[in-house]
Amino acid sequence: MNGSEIATIDWWAWIETSFWIVFKIVLILLPLILAVAYTTYAERKIIGYMQLRLGPNRVGPKGWLQPIADTVKLIMKEIVVPKGSSKTLFVIAPVLFIGPSFAAWAVVPFDAGMVLADVNAGLLYVLAMTSIGVYGVIIAGWASNSKYAFLGAMRSAAQIVSYELAMGFALVGVLMCAQSMNLGEIVEAQSGGVLNWFFIPLFPLLIVYWISGVAETNRAPFDMAEGESEIVAGFHVEYGGMAFSLFFLAEYANMILISFLTALMFCGGWLSPFQGMGVLEDITAWVPGTIWLLVKASFFLFCLLWIRATFPRFRYDQIMRLGWKIFIPVTLVWLPLLAVWIKAGVWPFN
Amino acid sequence: MKQFKQFINSFLLIELLKGMKVTFANMFRKKITVQYPEEKTPQSPRFRGLHALRTYPNGEERCIACKLCEAVCPAAAITIEAGPREDDGTRRTTKYEIDLFKCIFCGFCEESCPVDSIVETRVFDYHFEERGLHIMTKDMLLEMGRIHEDQIAADREADAKYR
Repeated sequence: MNGSEIATIDWWAWIETSFWIVFKIVLILLPLILAVAYTTYAERKIIGYMQLRLGPNRVGPKGWLQPIADTVKLIMKEIVVPKGSSKTLFVIAPVLFIGPSFAAWAVVPFDAGMVLADVNAGLLYVLAMTSIGVYGVIIAGWASNSKYAFLGAMRSAAQIVSYELAMGFALVGVLMCAQSMNLGEIVEAQSGGVLNWFFIPLFPLLIVYWISGVAETNRAPFDMAEGESEIVAGFHVEYGGMAFSLFFLAEYANMILISFLTALMFCGGWLSPFQGMGVLEDITAWVPGTIWLLVKASFFLFCLLWIRATFPRFRYDQIMRLGWKIFIPVTLVWLPLLAVWIKAGVWPFN
Repeated sequence: MKQFKQFINSFLLIELLKGMKVTFANMFRKKITVQYPEEKTPQSPRFRGLHALRTYPNGEERCIACKLCEAVCPAAAITIEAGPREDDGTRRTTKYEIDLFKCIFCGFCEESCPVDSIVETRVFDYHFEERGLHIMTKDMLLEMGRIHEDQIAADREADAKYR
C-alpha cells in the first residue's frame, strides 16, 4: 500500500513536469511558426521594395493576411506521392528536416534563465541539430526518385558538410572568448555594453559564421540545393501541399535560428548595448532583454533577405572554393591570433 | 599590384557591400508598380485590342463585304459570307466572324479596310465564360462598335495626319 502511494506521487510530479515542458515548447513553437509565416511576408515585401516593386498588398490591409491565405492554400492542396518513389522515406523526409530545426530551439535562451533546456553543451547541440537537418534533404532527394531531386540532394549534402567546418571553426573563437559552451553563459560573458560584445575581437569570424549560416540554411546566394533555374526546385521538386510547406517552414525556422544564434554569440544576446554608459543605460533600463534580442535577431534576419535581394546564385565550384579555400584558412589564421590576443590580456580581454 | 588590389577588394567583400548599398538605396525609392485594375498604363491611339465593326452616324453599317480583311488575315481568323441585303439589295455581309483564338492582333484587317469598318479598339482585358464565345459574331462586333464609337473615332482622328 505504501509503495503504490509513492508511485502515484511520482506520477503526479512526472505529469506536472511534462506538462510544463510541453507548455514551454508550445510557447516557443507557436510564436516561431507565426514568425515564419510573417518572415515570408517580410521577405516578399522587402525584396519587392528593393526591386522597386510593391510586393503582396492585396490580401487584407497592406497584404497582412497574405501568409494566412498561403497557409490555407497549402493545407488544402493534395500531397502527391510519385509512383516510383520510396513511399515511407518520401513521407518521413520532411519530418526529418523540420524536426531538428525545431529541436535546436530548445537551447536558445530568450532572456537570462528563459531557456527550455539549460544544456552545458548547448553550442554543440545546436551544431548537431543544424547538421542533422541535411538528412532530411538527402532522403527527400533520394526518395523522390527524380534526377533533379537527387542532384539537389547531392549538392546540398556537399555544401552543408563543407560549411559546417567553417562554421564550427568560427564558433571555436566564441568558445575561446566565453570559456563556455552554454549559450546563456556565452551571453553573460559579453556583459558590459556594446564594446564587450564578441563581434569586435571576432569580427572576421562573425563574417565567416554569418556567410556559412546563409549557406547552411540553403539561402540565396547559396541556394544550390534548390536552384530553380537549373534543377527546378532541387530536393523538393516532387513535394507539394503540406509536405512542401514543411520544407519551407524548416528553411525559415533555420533562418530565424541562425539570426538568433548570431545575435546571442556575437552581439550580446539579450544584453542592452548601453550597459555601463550612465545616462543611456538609465533611459533604456525599462526595455526587457527579450526585446533587445528580438531587435538584434531581426536585424540579422533582415540582412538575410537583403543578401537574397542583392546577389545572384553562386556557381557550384565557387561555393566549394569559398568554403574550403577561403573560410577555413581565414578561421585557421584568426584562431591562433585570437589565442595570443587572449593570453596577452590586451583589451578587451583584460 | 593590380592583382593584389583585386584580391583585397574581393577578400574584404568591398564589391559585395557596394551591391548591397544599391539595393538598400532602392528600398526607399518610389515604386514603379502599376496597380493594374485601379491604375492603367497609357495606351497609344494605335493600340490594337478587341475588334469592332463601325457604322456611319446614320446607323448604316460601313462594311461592304469586300473581303479584303479576310484575304489579308495572316492567321485566317476572319470568316465572311456575303450576299445582297433583303430590303435594298446592296452587297452586305451575311456572316462576319473573327476567331479570337486564331487572331494575332496584327491589325492588318484594319489597315486593309477601304471604308474603315473593321477596327481594333483599346479593349484588351476580356475573358470568355463559355465555350464558343471566342468567336466574335457580326452582332457582337457591331455592338463593340456602338459602345466604343467615340473612342474609335477619336483615335482615327488623332492618327489621321500620319497616314
